[in-house]
Amino acid sequence: MTILVCISNVPDTTTKITFTDNNTQFNTNGVQFILNPYDEIALARAVELTDGGKGTVTVINVGEANTEPTIRKALAIGATDAVRINAKPHDAWFVAYQIAQYVKANPFDLILTGRESIDYNGSKVAGMLGELLDLPSVSIIKKLELEGDKAVVEREIEGGKEILTIPFPFVAGTAEGVAEPKIPNMRGIMSARTKPLTVIEPVDVKTNSEIISYETPAPRGQVKLVAADDAGKLIDLLHTEAKVI
Amino acid sequence: MSVLIYAENADGKFKKSIFEAVSYARAIADQQNTALTAISIGDVNADELNSLAKYGADKILNAANAQLKNFVNQAYASVIAEAAKKEGADIVVLSNSFSGRGLAPRLGVKLDAGVVDGAVELPELNGGKFTVKKTAFSGKAFAVVELTSANKVIALTPNSYKIVEAAKAEKVEGFSVETNESDFKAMLKEIVRSTDKVSLPDAEIVVSGGRGLKGPENWGMIEELANLLGAATACSKPVSDSGWRPHSEHVGQTGIAVSPNLYIAIGISGAIQHLAGVSSSKVIVVINKDAEAPFFKVADYGIVGDAFEVVPKLIAAIKEHKALV
Repeated sequence: MTILVCISNVPDTTTKITFTDNNTQFNTNGVQFILNPYDEIALARAVELTDGGKGTVTVINVGEANTEPTIRKALAIGATDAVRINAKPHDAWFVAYQIAQYVKANPFDLILTGRESIDYNGSKVAGMLGELLDLPSVSIIKKLELEGDKAVVEREIEGGKEILTIPFPFVAGTAEGVAEPKIPNMRGIMSARTKPLTVIEPVDVKTNSEIISYETPAPRGQVKLVAADDAGKLIDLLHTEAKVI
Repeated sequence: MSVLIYAENADGKFKKSIFEAVSYARAIADQQNTALTAISIGDVNADELNSLAKYGADKILNAANAQLKNFVNQAYASVIAEAAKKEGADIVVLSNSFSGRGLAPRLGVKLDAGVVDGAVELPELNGGKFTVKKTAFSGKAFAVVELTSANKVIALTPNSYKIVEAAKAEKVEGFSVETNESDFKAMLKEIVRSTDKVSLPDAEIVVSGGRGLKGPENWGMIEELANLLGAATACSKPVSDSGWRPHSEHVGQTGIAVSPNLYIAIGISGAIQHLAGVSSSKVIVVINKDAEAPFFKVADYGIVGDAFEVVPKLIAAIKEHKALV
Protein backbone atom coordinates (compact mmCIF):
# COMPACT_ATOMS: atom_id res chain seq x y z
CA MET A 1 0.00 0.00 0.00
CA THR A 2 1.22 3.49 -0.83
CA ILE A 3 0.20 6.29 1.51
CA LEU A 4 0.67 10.02 1.08
CA VAL A 5 0.60 12.12 4.26
CA CYS A 6 0.20 15.87 3.76
CA ILE A 7 2.01 17.81 6.46
CA SER A 8 2.05 21.42 7.65
CA ASN A 9 4.67 23.39 9.48
CA VAL A 10 2.85 25.29 12.25
CA PRO A 11 3.64 27.38 15.36
CA ASP A 12 4.16 25.27 18.49
CA THR A 13 1.00 24.87 20.59
CA THR A 14 2.46 26.96 23.43
CA THR A 15 3.03 29.97 21.15
CA LYS A 16 1.62 33.29 22.25
CA ILE A 17 0.12 34.61 19.04
CA THR A 18 1.01 38.22 18.16
CA PHE A 19 0.98 40.25 14.95
CA THR A 20 3.09 42.97 13.33
CA ASP A 21 2.71 45.56 10.56
CA ASN A 22 -0.53 46.97 11.90
CA ASN A 23 -1.93 43.50 12.58
CA THR A 24 -1.47 42.27 9.04
CA GLN A 25 1.38 39.81 9.58
CA PHE A 26 1.76 36.93 12.03
CA ASN A 27 4.80 37.63 14.18
CA THR A 28 7.10 34.63 13.72
CA ASN A 29 9.85 36.21 15.80
CA GLY A 30 10.99 33.65 18.38
CA VAL A 31 8.27 31.20 17.37
CA GLN A 32 9.17 27.53 17.31
CA PHE A 33 7.62 25.68 14.36
CA ILE A 34 6.51 22.08 14.63
CA LEU A 35 4.87 19.31 12.64
CA ASN A 36 1.12 20.00 12.88
CA PRO A 37 -0.14 17.74 15.74
CA TYR A 38 -3.04 16.32 13.68
CA ASP A 39 -0.64 15.51 10.82
CA GLU A 40 1.50 13.66 13.36
CA ILE A 41 -1.49 11.42 14.04
CA ALA A 42 -1.96 10.79 10.30
CA LEU A 43 1.71 9.98 9.94
CA ALA A 44 1.73 7.64 12.93
CA ARG A 45 -1.21 5.67 11.49
CA ALA A 46 0.38 5.55 8.03
CA VAL A 47 3.58 4.16 9.54
CA GLU A 48 1.60 1.54 11.50
CA LEU A 49 -0.37 0.46 8.41
CA THR A 50 2.77 -0.02 6.31
CA ASP A 51 5.00 -1.42 9.07
CA GLY A 52 6.99 -4.55 8.20
CA GLY A 53 7.29 -3.95 4.47
CA LYS A 54 3.56 -3.65 3.83
CA GLY A 55 3.97 -0.41 1.93
CA THR A 56 5.51 3.03 1.76
CA VAL A 57 4.71 6.39 3.30
CA THR A 58 5.50 9.60 1.44
CA VAL A 59 5.13 12.92 3.20
CA ILE A 60 4.41 16.03 1.19
CA ASN A 61 4.66 19.64 2.30
CA VAL A 62 3.97 22.88 0.51
CA GLY A 63 6.52 25.22 2.00
CA GLU A 64 9.76 27.07 1.58
CA ALA A 65 13.17 25.71 2.62
CA ASN A 66 12.57 26.67 6.28
CA THR A 67 10.08 23.78 6.65
CA GLU A 68 12.77 21.16 6.10
CA PRO A 69 13.41 20.46 9.81
CA THR A 70 9.72 19.53 10.10
CA ILE A 71 9.96 17.32 7.01
CA ARG A 72 13.08 15.63 8.45
CA LYS A 73 11.16 15.00 11.66
CA ALA A 74 8.44 13.25 9.65
CA LEU A 75 11.13 11.12 8.00
CA ALA A 76 12.58 10.35 11.43
CA ILE A 77 9.16 9.22 12.65
CA GLY A 78 9.08 6.70 9.84
CA ALA A 79 8.10 8.15 6.44
CA THR A 80 9.90 6.48 3.54
CA ASP A 81 10.52 9.60 1.51
CA ALA A 82 9.42 13.22 1.25
CA VAL A 83 8.40 15.81 -1.29
CA ARG A 84 8.51 19.55 -0.75
CA ILE A 85 6.70 21.83 -3.14
CA ASN A 86 8.76 24.96 -3.00
CA ALA A 87 6.22 27.71 -2.30
CA LYS A 88 4.61 29.68 0.50
CA PRO A 89 1.36 27.91 1.43
CA HIS A 90 -0.86 30.83 0.42
CA ASP A 91 -4.16 29.22 1.42
CA ALA A 92 -5.84 25.79 1.50
CA TRP A 93 -6.84 26.02 -2.16
CA PHE A 94 -3.26 26.77 -3.23
CA VAL A 95 -1.91 23.89 -1.12
CA ALA A 96 -4.55 21.40 -2.24
CA TYR A 97 -4.07 22.35 -5.89
CA GLN A 98 -0.31 21.82 -5.72
CA ILE A 99 -0.64 18.47 -3.98
CA ALA A 100 -3.36 17.35 -6.41
CA GLN A 101 -1.06 18.05 -9.38
CA TYR A 102 1.60 15.88 -7.75
CA VAL A 103 -0.85 13.06 -7.02
CA LYS A 104 -2.21 13.07 -10.57
CA ALA A 105 1.29 12.17 -11.74
CA ASN A 106 2.06 9.91 -8.75
CA PRO A 107 -1.11 8.13 -7.53
CA PHE A 108 -1.44 6.77 -3.97
CA ASP A 109 -3.80 4.22 -2.39
CA LEU A 110 -4.54 6.47 0.55
CA ILE A 111 -4.07 10.18 1.17
CA LEU A 112 -4.14 11.44 4.76
CA THR A 113 -4.09 14.93 6.16
CA GLY A 114 -4.58 16.14 9.72
CA ARG A 115 -8.18 17.21 10.43
CA GLU A 116 -6.97 20.82 10.33
CA SER A 117 -3.79 22.77 10.81
CA ILE A 118 -3.58 24.44 14.19
CA ASP A 119 -2.76 27.84 12.63
CA TYR A 120 -5.62 28.51 10.22
CA ASN A 121 -7.93 25.66 11.31
CA GLY A 122 -9.46 25.36 7.86
CA SER A 123 -9.91 21.57 7.57
CA LYS A 124 -10.18 22.16 3.84
CA VAL A 125 -7.24 20.44 2.18
CA ALA A 126 -8.68 16.89 2.49
CA GLY A 127 -12.02 17.82 0.90
CA MET A 128 -10.41 19.94 -1.82
CA LEU A 129 -8.02 17.11 -2.67
CA GLY A 130 -10.96 14.70 -2.84
CA GLU A 131 -12.78 16.99 -5.23
CA LEU A 132 -9.72 17.77 -7.37
CA LEU A 133 -8.88 14.06 -7.67
CA ASP A 134 -12.50 12.87 -7.86
CA LEU A 135 -12.02 10.67 -4.79
CA PRO A 136 -14.21 10.18 -1.71
CA SER A 137 -13.10 12.30 1.25
CA VAL A 138 -13.92 12.05 4.93
CA SER A 139 -13.37 15.22 6.87
CA ILE A 140 -12.69 14.18 10.45
CA ILE A 141 -11.97 10.58 11.33
CA LYS A 142 -11.33 9.03 14.74
CA LYS A 143 -10.45 5.52 13.59
CA LEU A 144 -9.02 3.91 10.45
CA GLU A 145 -8.84 0.14 9.99
CA LEU A 146 -8.19 -2.03 6.93
CA GLU A 147 -10.74 -4.58 5.77
CA GLY A 148 -9.59 -6.32 2.58
CA ASP A 149 -9.49 -3.81 -0.25
CA LYS A 150 -11.51 -1.32 1.76
CA ALA A 151 -11.05 0.77 4.86
CA VAL A 152 -13.44 1.09 7.76
CA VAL A 153 -13.39 4.56 9.25
CA GLU A 154 -15.20 6.24 12.10
CA ARG A 155 -16.25 9.77 11.36
CA GLU A 156 -17.01 12.24 14.12
CA ILE A 157 -20.51 13.77 14.13
CA GLU A 158 -22.16 16.00 16.73
CA GLY A 159 -22.95 13.76 19.69
CA GLY A 160 -21.79 10.51 18.12
CA LYS A 161 -20.07 8.86 15.21
CA GLU A 162 -20.68 7.31 11.82
CA ILE A 163 -18.96 4.12 10.73
CA LEU A 164 -18.22 4.00 6.99
CA THR A 165 -16.58 1.60 4.58
CA ILE A 166 -14.62 3.20 1.74
CA PRO A 167 -12.75 1.56 -1.13
CA PHE A 168 -9.21 2.79 -1.83
CA PRO A 169 -8.13 5.28 -2.96
CA PHE A 170 -9.63 7.98 -0.77
CA VAL A 171 -8.69 11.05 1.26
CA ALA A 172 -9.24 11.46 5.02
CA GLY A 173 -8.44 14.03 7.70
CA THR A 174 -7.33 12.42 10.95
CA ALA A 175 -8.11 13.43 14.53
CA GLU A 176 -7.23 12.05 17.94
CA GLY A 177 -8.06 8.37 18.29
CA VAL A 178 -6.67 7.30 14.89
CA ALA A 179 -3.19 6.69 16.37
CA GLU A 180 -0.88 7.82 19.12
CA PRO A 181 1.83 10.18 17.83
CA LYS A 182 5.20 8.46 17.51
CA ILE A 183 8.39 9.84 19.01
CA PRO A 184 11.33 9.32 16.64
CA ASN A 185 14.05 6.99 17.93
CA MET A 186 17.78 7.43 17.39
CA ARG A 187 17.83 5.11 14.38
CA GLY A 188 14.97 7.04 12.83
CA ILE A 189 16.73 10.35 13.39
CA MET A 190 19.95 9.04 11.84
CA SER A 191 18.24 7.53 8.82
CA ALA A 192 16.11 10.64 8.25
CA ARG A 193 19.22 12.52 7.18
CA THR A 194 19.73 10.30 4.15
CA LYS A 195 16.14 9.53 3.17
CA PRO A 196 15.14 11.09 -0.17
CA LEU A 197 13.62 14.58 -0.03
CA THR A 198 12.61 15.78 -3.47
CA VAL A 199 11.99 19.48 -4.02
CA ILE A 200 9.68 20.41 -6.87
CA GLU A 201 8.51 23.79 -8.07
CA PRO A 202 4.86 24.88 -7.78
CA VAL A 203 2.48 25.21 -10.70
CA ASP A 204 0.64 28.46 -11.38
CA VAL A 205 -2.83 28.75 -9.92
CA LYS A 206 -5.15 31.66 -9.30
CA THR A 207 -5.84 32.15 -5.60
CA ASN A 208 -9.26 33.13 -4.28
CA SER A 209 -8.69 34.25 -0.72
CA GLU A 210 -6.41 36.68 1.05
CA ILE A 211 -5.91 37.30 4.77
CA ILE A 212 -6.03 41.06 5.12
CA SER A 213 -5.72 41.47 8.88
CA TYR A 214 -5.75 39.74 12.25
CA GLU A 215 -7.41 40.44 15.56
CA THR A 216 -6.86 39.08 19.02
CA PRO A 217 -9.82 38.26 21.28
CA ALA A 218 -11.01 41.17 23.41
CA PRO A 219 -9.56 40.93 26.91
CA ARG A 220 -12.01 39.96 29.64
CA GLY A 221 -12.64 42.16 32.65
CA GLN A 222 -11.36 41.39 36.10
CA VAL A 223 -12.53 38.01 37.42
CA LYS A 224 -15.30 38.24 40.01
CA LEU A 225 -14.50 35.87 42.83
CA VAL A 226 -17.13 34.10 44.91
CA ALA A 227 -16.13 32.62 48.27
CA ALA A 228 -15.97 28.82 48.28
CA ASP A 229 -18.20 28.66 51.38
CA ASP A 230 -20.82 30.65 49.56
CA ALA A 231 -20.57 28.77 46.23
CA GLY A 232 -24.32 28.85 45.70
CA LYS A 233 -24.08 32.61 45.15
CA LEU A 234 -22.39 31.86 41.84
CA ILE A 235 -25.64 30.35 40.54
CA ASP A 236 -27.49 33.57 41.43
CA LEU A 237 -24.87 35.66 39.62
CA LEU A 238 -25.01 33.47 36.53
CA HIS A 239 -28.77 33.82 36.53
CA THR A 240 -29.33 37.47 37.42
CA GLU A 241 -26.10 39.17 36.30
CA ALA A 242 -24.56 37.13 33.47
CA LYS A 243 -27.99 35.83 32.42
CA VAL A 244 -26.59 32.60 31.04
CA ILE A 245 -28.64 30.11 33.06
CA MET B 1 -27.37 36.36 -7.83
CA SER B 2 -28.81 34.83 -4.67
CA VAL B 3 -27.78 33.13 -1.45
CA LEU B 4 -28.11 29.39 -0.81
CA ILE B 5 -28.10 27.89 2.68
CA TYR B 6 -27.56 24.16 3.17
CA ALA B 7 -29.87 23.14 6.03
CA GLU B 8 -28.27 20.02 7.45
CA ASN B 9 -30.55 17.70 9.41
CA ALA B 10 -29.74 15.22 12.16
CA ASP B 11 -32.26 12.35 12.18
CA GLY B 12 -34.75 14.48 10.25
CA LYS B 13 -34.52 17.50 12.56
CA PHE B 14 -32.80 20.84 12.19
CA LYS B 15 -30.70 21.86 15.13
CA LYS B 16 -30.26 25.31 16.61
CA SER B 17 -26.98 25.77 14.73
CA ILE B 18 -28.89 25.40 11.46
CA PHE B 19 -31.40 28.10 12.39
CA GLU B 20 -28.40 30.30 13.27
CA ALA B 21 -26.94 29.61 9.82
CA VAL B 22 -30.29 30.36 8.15
CA SER B 23 -30.54 33.67 10.06
CA TYR B 24 -26.96 34.47 9.08
CA ALA B 25 -27.64 33.63 5.42
CA ARG B 26 -30.81 35.77 5.53
CA ALA B 27 -28.75 38.73 6.75
CA ILE B 28 -26.26 38.21 3.91
CA ALA B 29 -29.11 38.03 1.39
CA ASP B 30 -30.41 41.33 2.81
CA GLN B 31 -26.92 42.87 2.53
CA GLN B 32 -26.84 41.80 -1.11
CA ASN B 33 -30.47 42.73 -1.66
CA THR B 34 -31.29 39.28 -2.97
CA ALA B 35 -33.27 36.14 -2.17
CA LEU B 36 -32.40 33.28 0.14
CA THR B 37 -32.98 29.68 -0.92
CA ALA B 38 -32.53 26.81 1.51
CA ILE B 39 -31.74 23.26 0.49
CA SER B 40 -32.41 20.23 2.65
CA ILE B 41 -31.14 16.78 1.71
CA GLY B 42 -32.51 13.52 3.11
CA ASP B 43 -35.64 12.63 5.05
CA VAL B 44 -37.19 15.73 6.57
CA ASN B 45 -40.93 16.18 7.07
CA ALA B 46 -42.97 19.13 5.79
CA ASP B 47 -43.35 20.86 9.16
CA GLU B 48 -39.67 20.76 9.76
CA LEU B 49 -38.92 22.04 6.24
CA ASN B 50 -41.40 24.87 6.69
CA SER B 51 -39.63 25.93 9.87
CA LEU B 52 -36.79 27.26 7.67
CA ALA B 53 -39.16 29.92 6.29
CA LYS B 54 -39.56 31.28 9.80
CA TYR B 55 -35.92 32.39 9.81
CA GLY B 56 -36.02 33.92 6.38
CA ALA B 57 -35.77 31.30 3.64
CA ASP B 58 -37.75 32.59 0.63
CA LYS B 59 -37.79 29.13 -0.90
CA ILE B 60 -36.96 25.69 0.43
CA LEU B 61 -35.65 22.97 -1.86
CA ASN B 62 -36.19 19.43 -0.68
CA ALA B 63 -33.82 16.85 -2.17
CA ALA B 64 -35.20 13.60 -0.87
CA ASN B 65 -34.65 10.20 -2.39
CA ALA B 66 -33.65 6.79 -1.03
CA GLN B 67 -30.03 7.15 -2.13
CA LEU B 68 -29.66 10.47 -0.36
CA LYS B 69 -31.22 9.34 2.91
CA ASN B 70 -27.90 9.32 4.76
CA PHE B 71 -25.04 11.75 4.50
CA VAL B 72 -22.47 10.95 1.81
CA ASN B 73 -19.98 13.78 1.58
CA GLN B 74 -19.31 13.55 -2.16
CA ALA B 75 -22.94 13.09 -3.18
CA TYR B 76 -24.30 15.82 -0.90
CA ALA B 77 -21.67 18.24 -2.23
CA SER B 78 -22.83 17.47 -5.78
CA VAL B 79 -26.49 18.12 -4.89
CA ILE B 80 -25.70 21.43 -3.15
CA ALA B 81 -23.49 22.55 -6.06
CA GLU B 82 -26.30 21.67 -8.51
CA ALA B 83 -28.77 23.67 -6.45
CA ALA B 84 -26.39 26.65 -6.35
CA LYS B 85 -26.05 26.56 -10.13
CA LYS B 86 -29.79 26.20 -10.76
CA GLU B 87 -30.61 29.00 -8.32
CA GLY B 88 -27.83 31.20 -9.62
CA ALA B 89 -26.49 31.44 -6.07
CA ASP B 90 -23.10 33.08 -5.77
CA ILE B 91 -22.89 32.72 -1.97
CA VAL B 92 -23.37 29.33 -0.30
CA VAL B 93 -23.68 29.22 3.50
CA LEU B 94 -23.30 26.12 5.69
CA SER B 95 -22.91 25.41 9.37
CA ASN B 96 -19.28 24.66 10.24
CA SER B 97 -20.40 21.32 11.66
CA PHE B 98 -18.45 18.10 11.23
CA SER B 99 -20.34 17.43 7.98
CA GLY B 100 -20.17 21.06 6.91
CA ARG B 101 -16.40 20.93 7.19
CA GLY B 102 -16.40 18.06 4.72
CA LEU B 103 -18.76 19.79 2.29
CA ALA B 104 -17.37 23.35 2.22
CA PRO B 105 -14.02 22.51 0.58
CA ARG B 106 -15.64 20.27 -2.05
CA LEU B 107 -18.14 23.02 -2.82
CA GLY B 108 -15.33 25.53 -3.08
CA VAL B 109 -13.68 23.46 -5.80
CA LYS B 110 -16.95 22.63 -7.60
CA LEU B 111 -18.10 26.24 -7.67
CA ASP B 112 -14.68 27.79 -8.21
CA ALA B 113 -15.31 29.66 -4.98
CA GLY B 114 -13.14 30.94 -2.18
CA VAL B 115 -14.05 29.31 1.15
CA VAL B 116 -14.19 30.80 4.64
CA ASP B 117 -14.64 28.16 7.31
CA GLY B 118 -15.34 29.00 10.94
CA ALA B 119 -16.86 32.41 10.17
CA VAL B 120 -17.87 34.30 13.31
CA GLU B 121 -19.42 37.50 11.94
CA LEU B 122 -21.38 38.75 8.96
CA PRO B 123 -19.32 39.58 5.87
CA GLU B 124 -18.31 43.21 5.40
CA LEU B 125 -18.31 44.97 2.09
CA ASN B 126 -15.70 47.70 2.01
CA GLY B 127 -14.66 49.42 -1.18
CA GLY B 128 -15.55 46.41 -3.28
CA LYS B 129 -13.81 44.03 -0.89
CA PHE B 130 -15.83 41.14 0.52
CA THR B 131 -14.31 40.16 3.86
CA VAL B 132 -15.30 37.66 6.54
CA LYS B 133 -13.90 37.29 10.05
CA LYS B 134 -13.02 33.75 11.12
CA THR B 135 -11.28 32.05 14.02
CA ALA B 136 -7.57 31.35 13.60
CA PHE B 137 -4.74 29.88 15.63
CA SER B 138 -7.25 27.56 17.29
CA GLY B 139 -9.10 30.37 19.00
CA LYS B 140 -6.06 32.43 19.96
CA ALA B 141 -6.91 35.00 17.26
CA PHE B 142 -9.21 35.94 14.40
CA ALA B 143 -8.30 36.43 10.76
CA VAL B 144 -10.17 38.74 8.41
CA VAL B 145 -10.22 36.98 5.05
CA GLU B 146 -11.02 38.61 1.74
CA LEU B 147 -12.70 36.35 -0.80
CA THR B 148 -11.63 37.49 -4.24
CA SER B 149 -13.63 34.97 -6.28
CA ALA B 150 -17.08 35.67 -7.78
CA ASN B 151 -18.58 32.68 -5.93
CA LYS B 152 -18.15 32.28 -2.21
CA VAL B 153 -18.65 29.53 0.37
CA ILE B 154 -19.00 30.46 4.04
CA ALA B 155 -19.22 27.98 6.92
CA LEU B 156 -20.54 29.58 10.13
CA THR B 157 -19.22 28.61 13.57
CA PRO B 158 -22.08 27.31 15.77
CA ASN B 159 -23.10 29.67 18.61
CA SER B 160 -21.54 32.73 16.99
CA TYR B 161 -24.64 34.26 15.35
CA LYS B 162 -28.01 34.83 17.00
CA ILE B 163 -31.17 33.30 15.64
CA VAL B 164 -33.40 36.01 14.16
CA GLU B 165 -36.98 35.41 13.16
CA ALA B 166 -37.84 36.81 9.73
CA ALA B 167 -40.90 34.89 8.63
CA LYS B 168 -41.43 34.32 4.92
CA ALA B 169 -44.19 32.44 3.13
CA GLU B 170 -43.70 28.69 3.41
CA LYS B 171 -42.66 27.56 -0.02
CA VAL B 172 -41.24 24.05 -0.34
CA GLU B 173 -40.28 22.61 -3.72
CA GLY B 174 -39.01 19.16 -4.57
CA PHE B 175 -35.47 19.22 -5.92
CA SER B 176 -34.45 16.30 -8.05
CA VAL B 177 -30.98 15.86 -9.29
CA GLU B 178 -29.40 13.08 -11.27
CA THR B 179 -26.99 11.39 -8.94
CA ASN B 180 -23.66 10.09 -10.10
CA GLU B 181 -22.78 6.51 -9.02
CA SER B 182 -19.15 7.43 -8.40
CA ASP B 183 -20.34 9.85 -5.69
CA PHE B 184 -21.49 6.93 -3.55
CA LYS B 185 -18.25 4.99 -3.02
CA ALA B 186 -18.22 5.69 0.71
CA MET B 187 -20.88 3.48 2.32
CA LEU B 188 -22.47 4.19 5.67
CA LYS B 189 -22.48 1.10 7.90
CA GLU B 190 -23.79 2.49 11.13
CA ILE B 191 -24.65 5.71 12.96
CA VAL B 192 -23.98 5.73 16.68
CA ARG B 193 -25.60 8.64 18.47
CA SER B 194 -25.63 9.11 22.21
CA THR B 195 -29.09 10.62 22.41
CA ASP B 196 -29.08 11.10 26.16
CA LYS B 197 -26.29 13.68 26.05
CA VAL B 198 -25.98 17.22 24.77
CA SER B 199 -23.50 17.34 21.91
CA LEU B 200 -20.41 19.37 22.76
CA PRO B 201 -20.02 21.54 19.62
CA ASP B 202 -23.70 22.62 19.81
CA ALA B 203 -23.90 23.09 23.57
CA GLU B 204 -24.87 26.45 25.06
CA ILE B 205 -23.39 25.44 28.40
CA VAL B 206 -20.32 23.27 28.87
CA VAL B 207 -19.11 21.75 32.15
CA SER B 208 -15.50 20.73 31.83
CA GLY B 209 -13.24 18.79 34.18
CA GLY B 210 -9.47 18.58 34.50
CA ARG B 211 -6.81 16.65 36.32
CA GLY B 212 -7.89 18.33 39.54
CA LEU B 213 -10.72 15.81 39.66
CA LYS B 214 -8.14 13.10 40.38
CA GLY B 215 -9.77 10.25 38.45
CA PRO B 216 -12.57 9.11 36.15
CA GLU B 217 -14.55 7.80 39.11
CA ASN B 218 -15.14 11.40 40.21
CA TRP B 219 -16.99 12.45 37.06
CA GLY B 220 -20.36 11.66 38.59
CA MET B 221 -20.71 15.16 40.03
CA ILE B 222 -19.57 16.74 36.72
CA GLU B 223 -22.28 14.82 34.91
CA GLU B 224 -24.87 15.67 37.51
CA LEU B 225 -24.02 19.38 37.27
CA ALA B 226 -24.11 19.17 33.46
CA ASN B 227 -27.48 17.40 33.49
CA LEU B 228 -29.01 20.00 35.78
CA LEU B 229 -27.80 22.80 33.50
CA GLY B 230 -28.65 21.03 30.24
CA ALA B 231 -24.95 21.22 29.50
CA ALA B 232 -22.46 19.08 27.60
CA THR B 233 -19.49 17.59 29.44
CA ALA B 234 -15.93 18.24 28.33
CA CYS B 235 -12.40 17.78 29.61
CA SER B 236 -8.79 18.93 29.29
CA LYS B 237 -6.14 17.13 27.24
CA PRO B 238 -4.39 15.31 30.13
CA VAL B 239 -7.78 13.85 31.08
CA SER B 240 -8.52 12.40 27.63
CA ASP B 241 -4.89 11.36 27.17
CA SER B 242 -5.15 9.37 30.41
CA GLY B 243 -8.25 7.67 29.07
CA TRP B 244 -10.49 9.06 31.85
CA ARG B 245 -12.80 10.57 29.22
CA PRO B 246 -13.19 10.02 25.44
CA HIS B 247 -11.15 12.12 22.97
CA SER B 248 -14.38 13.61 21.63
CA GLU B 249 -14.66 15.56 24.93
CA HIS B 250 -11.19 17.09 24.71
CA VAL B 251 -11.46 20.85 24.42
CA GLY B 252 -8.38 22.82 23.43
CA GLN B 253 -5.96 23.57 20.67
CA THR B 254 -5.55 19.97 19.50
CA GLY B 255 -9.07 18.95 20.46
CA ILE B 256 -12.28 20.79 19.81
CA ALA B 257 -12.85 24.54 20.00
CA VAL B 258 -16.15 25.54 21.61
CA SER B 259 -18.00 28.83 21.90
CA PRO B 260 -20.80 28.26 24.40
CA ASN B 261 -22.62 30.96 26.36
CA LEU B 262 -21.20 29.52 29.57
CA TYR B 263 -18.05 27.44 30.08
CA ILE B 264 -17.46 26.07 33.58
CA ALA B 265 -13.90 24.81 34.10
CA ILE B 266 -13.42 22.61 37.15
CA GLY B 267 -9.96 21.56 38.26
CA ILE B 268 -8.34 22.82 35.03
CA SER B 269 -5.29 25.04 35.48
CA GLY B 270 -5.67 26.77 32.10
CA ALA B 271 -2.67 25.89 29.93
CA ILE B 272 -2.45 28.13 26.84
CA GLN B 273 -3.49 25.21 24.61
CA HIS B 274 -6.68 24.71 26.61
CA LEU B 275 -7.50 28.42 26.72
CA ALA B 276 -7.26 28.55 22.91
CA GLY B 277 -10.21 26.18 22.62
CA VAL B 278 -12.49 28.12 24.99
CA SER B 279 -11.56 31.77 24.42
CA SER B 280 -14.70 32.53 22.42
CA SER B 281 -16.99 31.35 25.24
CA LYS B 282 -19.22 34.23 26.31
CA VAL B 283 -18.93 33.68 30.06
CA ILE B 284 -16.17 31.63 31.70
CA VAL B 285 -16.37 30.27 35.25
CA VAL B 286 -13.27 28.78 36.84
CA ILE B 287 -13.22 26.58 39.92
CA ASN B 288 -9.75 25.71 41.09
CA LYS B 289 -8.11 25.30 44.47
CA ASP B 290 -4.96 27.07 43.23
CA ALA B 291 -5.60 30.82 43.32
CA GLU B 292 -2.59 31.27 41.01
CA ALA B 293 -4.05 29.05 38.25
CA PRO B 294 -3.67 30.95 34.94
CA PHE B 295 -7.29 30.18 34.06
CA PHE B 296 -8.49 32.83 36.58
CA LYS B 297 -6.87 35.53 34.40
CA VAL B 298 -9.32 34.87 31.57
CA ALA B 299 -12.33 34.03 33.73
CA ASP B 300 -15.41 36.14 34.35
CA TYR B 301 -16.31 34.39 37.60
CA GLY B 302 -14.13 32.29 39.82
CA ILE B 303 -14.19 30.25 42.98
CA VAL B 304 -10.91 29.42 44.68
CA GLY B 305 -11.71 26.17 46.38
CA ASP B 306 -11.68 22.40 46.32
CA ALA B 307 -13.89 21.02 43.54
CA PHE B 308 -15.07 18.23 45.82
CA GLU B 309 -16.55 20.82 48.20
CA VAL B 310 -17.63 23.46 45.69
CA VAL B 311 -19.39 21.34 43.06
CA PRO B 312 -21.85 19.69 45.47
CA LYS B 313 -22.75 23.18 46.72
CA LEU B 314 -23.39 24.33 43.16
CA ILE B 315 -25.56 21.28 42.54
CA ALA B 316 -27.60 22.02 45.67
CA ALA B 317 -27.94 25.70 44.68
CA ILE B 318 -29.16 24.84 41.18
CA LYS B 319 -31.74 22.41 42.59
CA GLU B 320 -32.94 25.14 44.92
CA HIS B 321 -32.97 27.69 42.08
CA LYS B 322 -34.98 25.30 39.91
CA ALA B 323 -37.46 24.69 42.69
CA LEU B 324 -38.09 28.44 42.85
CA VAL B 325 -38.79 29.03 39.16
